Amino acid sequence: MSSFSVTEPSNRAKWFAGTLVIVYALVTMVPLAWIMLTGFKSPSDAISYPPKVLFEPTLEGYVNLFTTRTRQTPEFLDANPPQTWYEEIVREYDMVIAGPSKFGERFLNSVIIGFGSTFLSIFLGTLSAYAFSRFKIPFADDLLFFILSTRMMPPIAVAIPIFLMYRQLGLSDTHLGMILLYTGVNISLAVWLLKGFIDEIPLEYEEAALIDGYTRFQAFYKVVLPQAATGIASTAIFCLIFAWNEYAFAVLLTSGTAQTAPPFIPTIIGVGGLDWPAVAAGATIFLLPVMIFTILLRKHLLRGITFGAVRK
Amino acid sequence: MAEVVLKNLSKSFGENVGVDDISMTIPDGAFVVLLGPTGAGKTTTLRLISGLEKGDSGEIWIGGRNVASETPAQRDVAMVFQQYSLYPHLSVRDNLAFPLKSPILRTPPAEIERKVAEVADVLQITHKLDNKATALSGGEMQRVSIGRALVREPSIYLMDEPLSSLDAKLRTDLRVELKRIQANLGATLLYVTHDQIEAMTMATHVGVLNEGKLVQFGSPREIYENPNSLYVAGRLGLPRINILPADVFGNVPSGTHQIAMRPEHIAQGDGLEADIQRVEHLGDHNRLHLNLRGHAITTIADPATDYRPGTQIKISPRSPLCFDVDGNRIR
Repeated sequence: MSSFSVTEPSNRAKWFAGTLVIVYALVTMVPLAWIMLTGFKSPSDAISYPPKVLFEPTLEGYVNLFTTRTRQTPEFLDANPPQTWYEEIVREYDMVIAGPSKFGERFLNSVIIGFGSTFLSIFLGTLSAYAFSRFKIPFADDLLFFILSTRMMPPIAVAIPIFLMYRQLGLSDTHLGMILLYTGVNISLAVWLLKGFIDEIPLEYEEAALIDGYTRFQAFYKVVLPQAATGIASTAIFCLIFAWNEYAFAVLLTSGTAQTAPPFIPTIIGVGGLDWPAVAAGATIFLLPVMIFTILLRKHLLRGITFGAVRK
Repeated sequence: MAEVVLKNLSKSFGENVGVDDISMTIPDGAFVVLLGPTGAGKTTTLRLISGLEKGDSGEIWIGGRNVASETPAQRDVAMVFQQYSLYPHLSVRDNLAFPLKSPILRTPPAEIERKVAEVADVLQITHKLDNKATALSGGEMQRVSIGRALVREPSIYLMDEPLSSLDAKLRTDLRVELKRIQANLGATLLYVTHDQIEAMTMATHVGVLNEGKLVQFGSPREIYENPNSLYVAGRLGLPRINILPADVFGNVPSGTHQIAMRPEHIAQGDGLEADIQRVEHLGDHNRLHLNLRGHAITTIADPATDYRPGTQIKISPRSPLCFDVDGNRIR
């Protein structure tokens, strides 16, 4: 006899849901897997038709991503035998390594701007969300609506004014400028998400801490923050993903010092032919930080820590 | 430990009156119990003293200081919340140590460890010290929240029904233990409860609240034996005090509207005939449920008696309490 439960989904439902999830995962994973594989292909394998699933892996794409190369005469090449494994790879095309590419710098820019703006969004967002959640603020609802309304148009709609403003202020192509811009876009999301999480934390904990000898700020720091960790972690992931992937403003406002990886990666295509493996290698490396960040915070995403210690 | 004085304290929440012109002196070392139904202002009184609420008018003096401008931390009070309010992200040990680690107390680690161990022992939660606060039963959470107050030696302990969700045996144990701790430390305690036994056995003073007003303040015995209103008479006593119209037995002072008799203040064998409806044998005494001309009356009888339901018994009041139309005592 099969067991029957009102709350437990039936086996058929479970199979259906499972299949759906797996199919969806495959559909979204295939392009990612394709990019990662392409990073290890040779340029000819990368564009061969029909596409090659099995191929001889090479690090050529990664070498090309991180270096600039020049073609040399056979005499020069014979006189200077390759010293390292990556010099050997480029030697196959009669080239030598002229120096490092700008990818490292651009990637570092992405890290600074992405994590910097995420930190600032979370810092400001948590404090404002706490204030909106706990204090009587005149016109609080209107202020919250105003904050939300900054998300009601695509950010790029204000690209021209921001471009002009940044030029006047000297913020074009600076780390600070990009951090402020991404923080400005993310802050509304951060305030709204975090307010929801902080509203859920019962006031009694702070009251207990106030009586236990702590100031309001210490109560916030020692009691509210640890319990808001789940919300802070998920909000941080959303903020980072936006700032990390942002392309349009990065193209418009950065070109040198503060250029991030997204506008840089396509420029690889223009250097010495269509070097798809190098582009794929750049995209692969570019994916890693957000992936690692999400995995690190996964514990907080899954854990509901505020249950049960207040009798309702 | 300190004396706490409330002077004409009032607080309302919009339309609702929380506390209405309360004046009360809680002597140093006293164990004051606040009695009253839900909404009478008991919890609001505690919150006003702790500084979690600001009064609309009136003064609060703790240990000779007017604390109007002081934060809860500066007032040096410890509070046990009705809803426990344990910090869910901390272990039981860290919950107990939390007040000791505060910037105001800055207790040395060895001292923290000693106090936490001592309190955990008293409250029988030593084996749970390393549990998360969320991994406890309701009774254990309540003990931890009492412990979080007891690790300190504040000017006054404020406790909001701290024993309400414990089982009977533990409640009895802790009642005795709390009273012992209070007596040993000479602690000042303001305690909210609905439980008559807690009020009668622990309190040095009882304050009865009604709709935000302090209607009587005195020793438990005084409140029980000499209530100044029908309302106060009904707050203490189990089974409840019997209330009858003044004309049932007659022979009352003029102006008397109702008389009230404790179950033990009814003499048997003489007076009016009442029907015995139910007899409960409680071991040390028998409880009789009577019907006297349509009025339900509860009284007690010697355990040796053998009354039967359906038979009759003659009863008469022994020094009944008399009240006027407004429920005020006529002496």
